[in-house]
Parts: sequence; C-alpha cells; structure tokens
Amino acid sequence: MSVAGINVLVEETRALAAGKAPAKTLLAVRGVSTYYGSVAALRDVDLDVTEGEIVTLIGANGAGKSTLMMTIFGAPQAREGTITYDGRDITRLPTHEIARLAIAQSPEGRRVFPRMSVHENLQMGAALHDRRYFAQDLERVCALFPRLKERLTQRAGTMSGGEQQMLAIARALMSRPRLLLLDEPSLGLAPLVVKGIFDAVRDLNRRDGMTIFLVEQNAYHALKLAHRGYVLVNGRITMSGTGRALLADPAIKAAYLEGGHGAPVEV
Amino acid sequence: MAAATRGADGLTGILKDAAIYALGAFALCVPVVSFRTDAGATGGLELTPRWVLVAGLCAAIFLARLAQRLVLMRRDARRALRPSRSQATEAVSGTPNAGQRVSMLALWLFIGVALTLPVVAALASGSLGEGRYWIDLGILILTYVMLGWGLNIVVGLAGLLDLGYVAFYAVGAYSYALLSTTFGLSFWICLPLAGLFAALWGMLLGFPVLRLRGDYLAIVTLAFGEIIRLVLINWVDVTGGGAGISSIPRATFFGIPFTAGEDGFAARFGLTFDSMHRVVFLYYLILALALITNVVTLRLRRLPIGRAWEALREDEIACRSLGINTTTTKLTAFALGAAFGGFAGSFFAVRQGFISPESFNFLESAIILAIVVLGGMGSQVGVAIAAVAMVGGPEMLRNLGFLKSIFGQGFDPNEYRLLLFGLAMVAMMVWRPRGLISERTPSVALGERRAISGAHVSEGHG
Repeated sequence: MSVAGINVLVEETRALAAGKAPAKTLLAVRGVSTYYGSVAALRDVDLDVTEGEIVTLIGANGAGKSTLMMTIFGAPQAREGTITYDGRDITRLPTHEIARLAIAQSPEGRRVFPRMSVHENLQMGAALHDRRYFAQDLERVCALFPRLKERLTQRAGTMSGGEQQMLAIARALMSRPRLLLLDEPSLGLAPLVVKGIFDAVRDLNRRDGMTIFLVEQNAYHALKLAHRGYVLVNGRITMSGTGRALLADPAIKAAYLEGGHGAPVEV
Repeated sequence: MAAATRGADGLTGILKDAAIYALGAFALCVPVVSFRTDAGATGGLELTPRWVLVAGLCAAIFLARLAQRLVLMRRDARRALRPSRSQATEAVSGTPNAGQRVSMLALWLFIGVALTLPVVAALASGSLGEGRYWIDLGILILTYVMLGWGLNIVVGLAGLLDLGYVAFYAVGAYSYALLSTTFGLSFWICLPLAGLFAALWGMLLGFPVLRLRGDYLAIVTLAFGEIIRLVLINWVDVTGGGAGISSIPRATFFGIPFTAGEDGFAARFGLTFDSMHRVVFLYYLILALALITNVVTLRLRRLPIGRAWEALREDEIACRSLGINTTTTKLTAFALGAAFGGFAGSFFAVRQGFISPESFNFLESAIILAIVVLGGMGSQVGVAIAAVAMVGGPEMLRNLGFLKSIFGQGFDPNEYRLLLFGLAMVAMMVWRPRGLISERTPSVALGERRAISGAHVSEGHG
C-alpha cells in the first residue's frame, strides 16, 4: 500500500475510535535511516504525528532521539526513507526552508542567543513574519511564560537554565508554528522547573491546539503528558502506543522508570 | 534620579581628587625635578630650570589618577547594584552610570572634534598650511576608523573572523586607480564602482568559506589577503607590479578641480587659491564616508538583517532552525563589509595619488583587526577610540621630545613604538579583555535604555 493509503487508513481508524471528524496526519516519517559517515544513527524509523496531539519519543542517551529530531529538520538529511509534512515531501529541503513551513524547533541545549536580549531573541523567532504580528505574539508567549516578561531587556545568556528553556520554547512559538518540536526541554533543570515547563506545554496543546512532538529522556513526565509515545533504542523504534499504555508497560517501567532513566536496555 | 546625581557628584569629586594628586606631584617636583644642576665651567653649580618637564609630569599624574578613578567608579557602580529579589542573576542597571555616560560623551566628543578639527588646527597653528600636519593625521585616523567600522560588520556583528580585510581595501584602491588612469572616469563615478567591485570580491571570498568558522576561516581569509597582494605584485601588465600606479587623478569638488586656474575651486567660489582646500575637502570627504559607514551599520543593526548577523555570530544552528538562510546572511555581511573597505580604498588612492602593493600588506589587516578587537567587538564608539589610539598614538610619540631631557639626547621615543604597542595590547588583554567598550546596547529599548555589560557573558563569548 502507498504511504498516502496508509495515512488515510490511520486517520480513518483513529476518527472511528474517537467518533470525531478525521484528524490529519501532520508529520509522517517513513522508513528513515540517517548516517553519520558510515555509522547508522537511525534505522528504518516510522513515526506519525497527527494534528492536535502530543507525541513523545523516549529513549536512552545515544539512542538517536536528537538525530531523529534534527533529521526532520534536514540537518543531517535522511539517507533513506521520506519525511512528509502536511502532505509535502520535506526530506531533501534545507533546514531554513523547512522552518518556513510552520515547523518550529526548540533545539537540544536550548541554543538561545546569549548576548542578545530576550526581546531580540524573540524577534529572531519571528524573523519570518510580518512585524505586525509581533506585538500580539509577544503578548501570547509572555502570558504563557510570565517570567520572560520581567526579563525582556536582559541578556539571554545571563538567565537561569529554566528561563533559557522557556525562552527557547517562546522563540520557537514566535514563528507561529503548526508543529512544535521540543528537544529535551527538561535537560539539566530542577524538578519544579521541569513541571512548570511541562505544564506550559500541556496548556499549549489543550488551549491552543498546538501539535507537539516531544523528545525526552525524562520518560515518566513525557509519557504522562503525551497522547502517544514511541520508544527509540539504538536507532530503531521498538515500541509505540498511547502514553498511558507505555507508562504501564512492565518493560518500559524496568528500563526507563524504575532504576532511574537512561539505562540502554533493549526493550 | 539618585544614580544620575551620584554620577554628577562623582565626576566633580574625581576631578578634584585628581587635581589634589597633581598638586602633590607638583610639590614633590619642585625640589626634586624642577632644577637640574650641572657642574659649570667655573667649577660652581649651574641651575637649569625644567618647568616644562614638571608641568608634563603633573599633567601625566592628573590624567592617570583621573583614568584610575573613572575605571574604579564604573566597577563600584556595578557592584553597588543590588540584585532584585525576583532575580537570581546579576542586576542590570536601568540608568547608565557615570562610566557609561563617559562613553556616550566620548561619542559626541569624537564627532565634535572630528567636525571642527581643520578649523581648530588652522586657528591653533596660525594658517591652514601650518595646520596641515594635524589635518593629514586626522585623515589617516578617519581612514582607519572607517576601515574599523567596515570590518566591524564582518567581525563584530556577524562574528566571522576576517584576517584579509586589507584585500578589499586594495581592490577599492586599484579599482579607482585603474578606472581613472585607463578610462579617465572621475572619482565620483569610481567611488561606488570601487565599493561594488570590493563587494563582489567579498562574495567571491564568502562562497568557499561558508562552511568555515573561527580559526579555519581566519586562515583562509589571511591567505586570500595575501593572494590579492601577490596578484597585484605579479600581474605587471595591469597593475604595474611592485612599482604601483602613479599620477592617479586628484579628487575634484564634485567636478570642480582644486587648481589655481579660472575653473578652479578657489576662483569659482571667490577664494584666494590655497592648496590646502583640497586637503580640507579630503578630510571632510573621509569624515562623511566614515559617518555613512557608521549610520548604515547602526541602522542595519536595528533591521532584521542586522539581527540575523548577530544571531549568526551567537549560534548558527539555532539561526537555521529559525528559518534564517545562513548562506545569504553570511554573504551579505562579507559583501557589505568589503564594500566599505572598497570605498575606503578608493579614497586612499585619490588621496595618495600613488598606490603600490606595499600599502596592502598583512600588517594593515592586523592593525584594522586590532582596532576592532581593542575597541570592543561590535561597539562603534570603541572602534573610533581604538583607531585614534592605535593610529594617532604612535604618531604622538614623535612629539615626546621632552623625554630626551629625562633619558638623554640619544633617546628616540619612536624606536619604542612597537614595544609600547605590545605593552598596550597586553595591558588591554589583562584589564579589559572584551575591548574598551564592552557594553552592547540592545537594538530595541523598552522604556529606559539599558546597557548590558560584557561582564555578564562568559569569556568565550566576549
């Protein structure tokens, strides 16, 4: 069956189950393999993100989570397979053109512009847009992260890790995305701060209907938050299912939840 | 406001304090330095008064104390800021402190002095002709200010370390020299063309180095600068090789030549002919070009492209994921920086009337880069101050003849210029590693303008 055929089938099944109008597959990753030189980082990965849901990808260090995130963004490009966004093949597009298709990313390690003010960072996020949206969007992200409002004139590099993470997400939101990719927003943050950020992500999804693809090592929080999840082990997707089902799965529990997360155990 | 009054009180206080120090120095100097005793011909002691030296020493002590207090004051002002309760990181002051106001003052002082220099020089030395030395020095400094501002776009804003900037200066100079001597084109047509050619070469250099950063980029640009120089030396048919190009047409006042004849500038405007008119015109020309460079840079910083340059300097990957085309962003930075180098180059050619590859060696690139780095990367005022210090400073050494009275007649301060240069560099790296003016004013001010201190960012980013 063709890729499109599979998508239609997936949508219809899901619509039947929910009793709603068929939701649209926004992002479809099909048979993607990515290599660093001759080393395979991703092998034959299939993954779907449907409009309006939070999908999470969990896995240990070095499983290829961030590689998958970056492959979706075209850096590095997939050597095999296709990535479709909103019906359009984006596998071979350069990164900055993918960003123009209303996909935004909050990259791993936050990567805010340290010497620029918070305000300027947000302006960079809105670089692709008409300036008339700016005031309104600024208001919106400041409502989501009130801390940022207090710090608009501060240099981004002088803020705490949690604030920088908020800024990274806010900056991504400034481009008015339909799909938001979050790469390890909990990295190196205190539990309370992580909770705040995850609450904001949940708000974004519930209130604004934002579609979110979340890459996380913090499996417990991510699976609790997400509608569906995928587990990545050594570059392959080994399991998928609803967040609740994965959370209850004994194999996942053993590998990612109980003895602390991060042990690279084959599930 | 409290901070403002404190700053004002502080300034008079500092002046008073420095004056007291100078008085103290004077009191010490009177018995020790003011008279030199020599054994006279008759065997008795002869007293030689040395009041100039005493005045010089007192002035030096006054200035040193002033500088020390200003530096300390900035530090105290920074330390006095109490972090707010809601803020764990270092506090940022809303009102500029005295030190920051000094840098604002420096900008206006710089523009004021620059605008009036020919008049002041002429009045101070009696006639325009007498003041020529100062005006020429002004032209030299302003040329480097312009080059520094041009390179600042590439290095300071876009963060691309360019060691071959002098190549674009050379392209601009040779563009004008060749176009005017071969086709007889006037300076005013060649000036934009020279900028255009330099920009083209900037793009040409930009393409192969798009993937490079930091050290690797520096090496390739260094090689590029040398290639241009070697081509200029060896392509004798076109460039005249090492002999250079001479008798380049002089600048005209928008078509009116500066000659003594009927059609000359002086006759047209009813002035008596003076060869200095041309020099003064050149002075204001380079001042205008430099200020245009500055205004364009300041404007661009507030536009999306300027912000994209700064974002590129901070994080290239983040830039790309925000939809910025890093290729075009880098190329525009190279091209624009090069264009200003080209303008400066064609000015250099029209001023000198003679150019040769000698003028475009690596040392020039190094000086321009040093100006940008010493000034504080990205700071326009800092670059101007650094240019004055780097270019004017060594020139001033020639005037330190009074030191001979201390170190003896054989002492030539000029011989020590590179030593002092090195010392100054080391001192800078120790005390102000991020440049003279390390504050970066955000491109947007919300409410009050806030300066963000360079001290807030880790060394690697500074």
